[in-house]
Amino acid sequence: MSAPVHFRLYVAGTAPHSQRAAANLRAFCAAHLGDRHEIEVIDLFGDPLRALTDKVLLTPTLVVNNSGTIRRIVGDLSETSMLLDFVEGGAT
Amino acid sequence: MTNVFNGASGKAATGIIGLDEVMQGGLPKGRTTLIEGGPGCGKTVLALQILVNGAKLSGEPGIFVAFEESSQRIAQNAGTFGWDLESLQRDNLFFIDAQPSYDLLQSGPFDLGGMLAALDVKVKEMGAKRVVFDAIDMVLDLFDHRQAARNETYRLHQWLNERGLTAVITAKASPLLNGGTSEALEFLQFMVDCSIFLRHDMVEGTSQRNIRVGKFRGSPFEENATPLGIGPRGIEVAYGRNVEDTKRKASTERLSSGVKRLDTMLDGGYYRGAGILLTGSPGTAKTTLAGAFAVASCERGDKTLFVTLDSPEEEILRNLSVVGVDLETHVASGTLLFKTIRSTTASAEIHLMRIRDIVRSHGARCLVIDPVSALSKAGNLGTARNVVERLIDWSKAEEITLLCTSLLEGDNPLAESTAVQISTLADTWIHLNYLVHAGERNRALSIIKSRGSNHSNQVRELILGASGISLADVFTAGGEVLMGAMRWEKERAAEQEEAERETRMKRRRMELSAEAAALQARIDALQQELSDKREDVERLNSGIVKSGAAAVDSLVTLRQLRRGDVIDTVSQGEP
Repeated sequence: MSAPVHFRLYVAGTAPHSQRAAANLRAFCAAHLGDRHEIEVIDLFGDPLRALTDKVLLTPTLVVNNSGTIRRIVGDLSETSMLLDFVEGGAT
Repeated sequence: MTNVFNGASGKAATGIIGLDEVMQGGLPKGRTTLIEGGPGCGKTVLALQILVNGAKLSGEPGIFVAFEESSQRIAQNAGTFGWDLESLQRDNLFFIDAQPSYDLLQSGPFDLGGMLAALDVKVKEMGAKRVVFDAIDMVLDLFDHRQAARNETYRLHQWLNERGLTAVITAKASPLLNGGTSEALEFLQFMVDCSIFLRHDMVEGTSQRNIRVGKFRGSPFEENATPLGIGPRGIEVAYGRNVEDTKRKASTERLSSGVKRLDTMLDGGYYRGAGILLTGSPGTAKTTLAGAFAVASCERGDKTLFVTLDSPEEEILRNLSVVGVDLETHVASGTLLFKTIRSTTASAEIHLMRIRDIVRSHGARCLVIDPVSALSKAGNLGTARNVVERLIDWSKAEEITLLCTSLLEGDNPLAESTAVQISTLADTWIHLNYLVHAGERNRALSIIKSRGSNHSNQVRELILGASGISLADVFTAGGEVLMGAMRWEKERAAEQEEAERETRMKRRRMELSAEAAALQARIDALQQELSDKREDVERLNSGIVKSGAAAVDSLVTLRQLRRGDVIDTVSQGEP
């Protein structure tokens, strides 16, 4: 059993792109990873300076940590094939 | 045209030399300005300088959002300008690194929400008034839908307006699109209140930059492109007309030209703060005269800068020392600073900036540029006149006495305009040329003009000797000007004639005084004779009286001896 994939999703409050990204991410995890995942959501509207320290200026941004390999993806995650490639690629 | 940005509140001064004049006060305050240009045009430098000057000069803290280069590199690159970013960064200048990482994946639409949220906090925290988005094209390119790029541009613009920030957005104009821009950028162009275009071209191998304001809502502006240079202190815009052209009092102080006789010809010398032009063909001793002026300035105690274009310092020092112009002493004492500039290494604009910078740091009151005509070399012909114009304007404003030499091919300075056509701007114009006559080539100097002086109208022969420069009278004979050996001959002939005249006079004087002496001798002899005669007469007179008396005495004695009658001696005198 591989280690769980860690997802950190930066959102901008209740902005539509951010809302959709959160929903799309959960659906993706449910469909492909089962329990093998952790999701952390950071609302930059609640902690704006985090955008500077973490260098996340575009929202939504997803930072995926798959066993130490890290990928950044911007957008509402409506297109998940690259995400699947990365998660499965890292798992093998 | 009315200017809704009138008054100090309407414009945000850029503090960049020339740019505030072009923009009639500065950027539109509280609004957005777009700076566009190809790669290497100076967009980032310009944007950063506006921010730095805002913080330093206008007390307006600023934030720099770097989409392309890292803030570290930007600060490094700007390090040479001496803006002191480090101390500014404590309170008044903040960099945000916002470069999209190269391996960034994209999945569906996104927005700038995170950045704006962070900016909001920083703006409030710093009390920022200015913000720069450098290379916005880097972000706009990430949006795969035009509509999304538009929306975010619009959102950004709204956000800036709501906060009343004076914003500068820079964007690359793609040379492939014929200087044009992507559609998202075009949208930005329409949206902003002010747009600035930067250009960087190569003209005959020399870099020429310029700046043009494309639009400025609610304000008049200079519509023509203006040359721009990135100099040792950052960007300067070469705007000709000085807005704050103050009426300065013209100095009446006269400065020596370094040649005594030339000072006399000039009615006392050059005026302090004047622009002096020395023109002439190659080898007419322009540099020597310029050197003499520099020496005179140094001897007076004026710090002086001698800029030579395309000639090595050592050669000039040597050449001038041979003719008695000793620059080395003053270089050694630090009064004279010598700078050799290669004219083709930069545009005339850049040279002007560098020269001004050196003048300032040296504290020079006198400036020699030899020859100024070299500034028009290699692709600078179009801008050189403007540069020299501003050089003269500037030196006048700073009361720096400026002496420029200019190369002229040919002998008639009036028919042949100077390469940079500055003769009309100069206060004093001295022309040197060769007069070829009777197998000789001699240097002649004449003053073509000297404003405010009752200057000599005479042509003088300029003679270089080991002891220095001298000016000799020229002789005219039969309507021809005599110089060189012919002048010498004429001088000798005149001297000889004078000597002969002197001898004749002497002889005549001697003759006359001999005659006078003879006369005097005769007078003396006659005088003697006269007094002798008078003496004789005197003697005779006294002799008659004596002999009468003696006769009476004898008669009385006789009678007494004869014991005759007593004779009344009183009646004796009657004959």
